[in-house]
Amino acid sequence: MVAKRIIPCLDVKDGQVVKGINFLGLKEVGDAVEMGRRYSAQGADELVYLDVSATFEGRRTFVDLVSKIASGIDIPFTVGGGIASLDDAARLLDAGADKVSLNSAAIADPSLISRIASRYGSQFVVIAIDARQLDGRWMATTHGGHVPTDRELFSWAQEAQERGAGEILFTSMDHDGTRTGYALEATARLCGILSIPVIASGGAGSIGHIREVLTAGQADAALAASIFHYGQITIPELKRELAAAGIPVRL
Amino acid sequence: MIAIIDYNAGNIRSVENALSRLGCEYVLTADPAVIRAADKVILPGVGNAAAAVAELRRSGLVPLIRSLRKPVLGICVGLQVLCRDSEEGPCEGIGLFDAHVRRFPGAGAVSKKESLRGMLPATDSPGAGDERPVAKVPHMGWNALGNLDGKLFAGLQGGCHVYFVHSYYPTLGPDTIATCRHGDTLFSAALRYENFYGTQFHPEKSGAVGGQILRNFLTL
Repeated sequence: MVAKRIIPCLDVKDGQVVKGINFLGLKEVGDAVEMGRRYSAQGADELVYLDVSATFEGRRTFVDLVSKIASGIDIPFTVGGGIASLDDAARLLDAGADKVSLNSAAIADPSLISRIASRYGSQFVVIAIDARQLDGRWMATTHGGHVPTDRELFSWAQEAQERGAGEILFTSMDHDGTRTGYALEATARLCGILSIPVIASGGAGSIGHIREVLTAGQADAALAASIFHYGQITIPELKRELAAAGIPVRL
Repeated sequence: MIAIIDYNAGNIRSVENALSRLGCEYVLTADPAVIRAADKVILPGVGNAAAAVAELRRSGLVPLIRSLRKPVLGICVGLQVLCRDSEEGPCEGIGLFDAHVRRFPGAGAVSKKESLRGMLPATDSPGAGDERPVAKVPHMGWNALGNLDGKLFAGLQGGCHVYFVHSYYPTLGPDTIATCRHGDTLFSAALRYENFYGTQFHPEKSGAVGGQILRNFLTL
């Protein structure tokens, strides 16, 4: 049985991890490879590196960084942020990324999904959807949740799957940063209608939240950032508790 | 020196990176003399098995590979091309491993969400009781190994997890040296015939366990 995955997400700007990461009480900002290694050593199943650089120079630095990450870590990793073309995806594949995550570029041009998937395989293509509830409907947004689109979460996820996406990374912008738990009902509904894995994101504040989203929420993987970075919960204790609750995890 | 056979097998950067991390010298080559002189040989492979077999035959390296008496490790599609045949294509394989390569049953043809039975609240949580199959294809992610047999798995215990990405699997047979279950399908996670080894999973992406397996191969 495929294990449920725990995925720390690291934000990278101009080649450096931004947002403090707190290991053993020591707050660090910096080396993306070293931080990835530490998470890997702690038992993270996969890593997501999100490029939040705003400049061309920053993006170029990111490709170099992806090569270093690929050399330095021995678990799969996904890269996202600013991927807008087949060429962008190809550069990141060549640099050693296992998967690319597409967000607003896929909304702007859904054919990008099938073009990348047919060239490099569905396992390489993650579609990230940042959604929030607007008048009772879950709508995809861009620009960190600030710009609404006319794409409804569930139909967009299904379309992405049909176009060849290998995975959906669903972030509830209503829950992101609140630490009050994931969007359980929406995640479960998404898992119910898709045949590809769903990574749940947004709202993790405790081990219980992660347990819930992997059971009631039916998610295949749980992504979190700050609770790991600030050392609020550690991956070994999280995994032990999930295993004790009967959830299949890699220990 | 380790020879990684170069036959347009797809992106093999991760195999090269893993060997570098282990401090191992390697060369990516299609030169028969270099392959013959190497201490160990790795046959990588990503993508389509039929295309990989065709490339390998076109390269003229098949008789050389068959004649090798040093440890050879096929990874993923590199294992599949060494089997008897594959449903992908379909195609004939090189036939060193006594196993067939079959496709996982597609969505809808496999068992239901057993994994969540007993874990969900008894009441109607969203999606509970739906008919979505648990065994997704491709089989992608970390899964546990069982029935470990031999030196390739020295220092490891059944239940250790490794990383898989594949839609086709090698059947069980006399050459099976590790098993894995995906949905209702129990398959060969690793095979061995004489000096030929193969892993369906990616040891180069499998953390400390994968590192141990590669080290074991390198010290055979």
